[in-house]
Amino acid sequence: MREDRPPPTPSRGGAYSPPPPDQVLENVLEHVLQFLTFRRDRNAAALVCRSWHRAEALTRLELFIGNCYAVAPRRAMERFRRATAVTIKGKPRFADFNLMPPDWGANFTPWVTFMAQCYRALEKLCLKRMFVTDEDLELLASFPSFRELVLICCDGFGTSGLAVVASKCRKLRVLDLIEDEVTDDEIDWISCFPEGETCLESLIFDCVECPIYFEALERLVARSPSLKKLKLNRYVSIVQLYRLMIRAPQLTHLGTGSFSPSEIVAQGDQEPDYSSAFDACRSLVCLSGFREIVPDYLPAIYPVCANLTSLNFSYANISAEQLRSVIRYCHKLQIFWVLDTVCDAGLQAVAATCKDLRELRVFPIDAREDSEAPVSDVGLLAISEGCRKLQSILYFCQRMTNAAVIAMSENCPELVVFRLCIMGRHLPDHVTREPMDEGFGAIVKNCKKLTRLATSGLLTDRAFSYIGQYGKLVRTLSVAFAGDSDTGLKYVLEGCPRLQKLEIRDSPFGDSALRTGLHRYYNMRFLWMSSCRLTRRGCKEIAQQMPHLVVEMINGEEEEVKDDYVDTLYMYRSLDGPRADAPSFVTIL
Amino acid sequence: MSNLLVEDLRGIELSLGLPGGGSEAETTVKVTGKRGFSETVDLKLNFQQIQSAVDLNEKMKSPTKEKDPAKPPAKAQVVGWPPVRSFRKNIMSQKSTTAETDKTSGGAAFVKVCMDGAPYLRKVDLKMYRSYQQFSDALAKMFSSFTMGNYGTQGMIDFMNESKLMDLLNSSDYVPTYEDKDGDWMLVGDVPWEMFVESCKRLRIMKGSEAIGLAPRAMEKCKSRC
Repeated sequence: MREDRPPPTPSRGGAYSPPPPDQVLENVLEHVLQFLTFRRDRNAAALVCRSWHRAEALTRLELFIGNCYAVAPRRAMERFRRATAVTIKGKPRFADFNLMPPDWGANFTPWVTFMAQCYRALEKLCLKRMFVTDEDLELLASFPSFRELVLICCDGFGTSGLAVVASKCRKLRVLDLIEDEVTDDEIDWISCFPEGETCLESLIFDCVECPIYFEALERLVARSPSLKKLKLNRYVSIVQLYRLMIRAPQLTHLGTGSFSPSEIVAQGDQEPDYSSAFDACRSLVCLSGFREIVPDYLPAIYPVCANLTSLNFSYANISAEQLRSVIRYCHKLQIFWVLDTVCDAGLQAVAATCKDLRELRVFPIDAREDSEAPVSDVGLLAISEGCRKLQSILYFCQRMTNAAVIAMSENCPELVVFRLCIMGRHLPDHVTREPMDEGFGAIVKNCKKLTRLATSGLLTDRAFSYIGQYGKLVRTLSVAFAGDSDTGLKYVLEGCPRLQKLEIRDSPFGDSALRTGLHRYYNMRFLWMSSCRLTRRGCKEIAQQMPHLVVEMINGEEEEVKDDYVDTLYMYRSLDGPRADAPSFVTIL
Repeated sequence: MSNLLVEDLRGIELSLGLPGGGSEAETTVKVTGKRGFSETVDLKLNFQQIQSAVDLNEKMKSPTKEKDPAKPPAKAQVVGWPPVRSFRKNIMSQKSTTAETDKTSGGAAFVKVCMDGAPYLRKVDLKMYRSYQQFSDALAKMFSSFTMGNYGTQGMIDFMNESKLMDLLNSSDYVPTYEDKDGDWMLVGDVPWEMFVESCKRLRIMKGSEAIGLAPRAMEKCKSRC
């Protein structure tokens, strides 16, 4: 890598002459700045003066790009020349819910192309919601020091890309595929890891919906003594899981695959002692998987429950009773994900035992508006009373009351993330029939550390006045089917001093409200508004007044323009102007 | 004429040979067993005519799912709501049935669609469509460079008309093929729409010339199935 300044030249005659004072200062600065790890601290340091800016740029090892279109690869990589770890985020979160046509962008190719020139010593890469091709992976695999690849919610690649990474990255320690869409190119990528001992520490592939060749996986695990995290996909049966576990008792994180037998096991068949395999894993703290669970096998995990800090049952269709049999041992549990099939009774069991719970996510087994969700305000209340240290909650339900939400705001003052999804649109408090304004108001008033909020249910502009006024630390706000008028959005844009990410859908907010945010859009990462009341003219006004804002109008796949309203507005600040790769359905104003 | 055709097709068939010996005799019998096949077609046709069409343009905003007369109509589902990632929704709909999921309308039927030469694949929910023509329109929008040829009045490939079939397969147009529950690759359009939705696991859109090997197998399959 190129140095930013020339190295000190030795004087003639061989005598040592000390470097000039400026350089001493810079050396010292660099040494000191190395200890700064948090990027916000680093950003602050970089603003002090030019030499601090330069020194910080040279000592930053981890580069974080929150929006891949906010800065061009060249600019980012030329400033931070010595970074060895890069994180890039692409599409906005609402793309996960099919609110954006698939080929919108967030292509990784321009980044990796530049990395091939500038960042050949790259060691770690984390991408979220990016479009990554097999060719990109191939290029990445050619970097000699590359050792950690984490892909979250990405798509565009397949098992052939994985095969190249497996075979060419000799130093690979981490390969984490989390909720990606991986095409099945019918390549046995597991077999592509080279023979001999590997340095694999983490192999996560539970989202890969392709069968794997089990014998190759077994051999791989057997020759990976450093393997601590292993998350299998649903094509691994419980018998196969057993075989892997006895080869890797050192695991700390395990994703169990299907957790069911591959064929019907007849009565009297010899089955391995699964519980002994779990018993042997003395270090296991994180358990997930259970993709096609046969609940009869649940008792196998009892031996590890007491040590678990993280348990993910969010694919396991189990009842309250079945959950109770497990959860009663999980005293140390901090992170718990579960399906609503466990009902309020199951949540009560969690509240009774898991006093250390920090994060709870309750997902719906039937994710439709008119489904009968078996969890309600009763479960939420129980959790709030039992789990006082709760910091983060995501809760899908059909019936909720202001009272339960208010109770949670009072019982759980440590809440940082509160995401409530009442699945029926515009549903009020099911007891009082009032809007959910007071509940959400209480959350922002009482939870002083709150940084992320997602609303649902019937909400009037009053809810937004609460949010704007009391949401002092709120960085991320998600709104859907809420509010009465422009006033609602105005409250938020005029309040919430720390707002960074605002995503709104199907709410009656229009151009007038949009204008009230002009003073702050440069300080935000993005604004998303879909199916609201924005017009093209209103959006164009914003674009004209804010030249460093990229204002994208995204149309749905329909040919005809239904009315004057913009389908989707997605706008974000950018140092390098509008992107060159916008598809035809995106208009950049 | 038909015998000649069968031999041509067999000659360039890329797929594995037919199970069991005496393949020549078998295929001949299948081809001349057209009447059996068309009887089946007539049976299925009546069923299809009952169903009403759904406006495809509404699909993006709020698709209305019209059910069989026996079941009450479900509420229109809004795109992307509730905000559960499609990855998770899809996984849940793959799971074996329980008391809860039995109550649903059968959930979605997401299948992967890949097209030869396209850089990425798509996922489509087959239950959003009511006929091959609607499906074809939707696919055409997604992969705008290909065409699916003519599906005829019944909405199915006219296997009876061999020359039409050969035209389709010989053209440089793309044809959609699918992998069914038994793992066999078939030409899309060979079975009634409902049956297709039930049995289709994934789709591949390939050049007409490559799909030639599939046609006679599709016909046998129908015969053995019906």
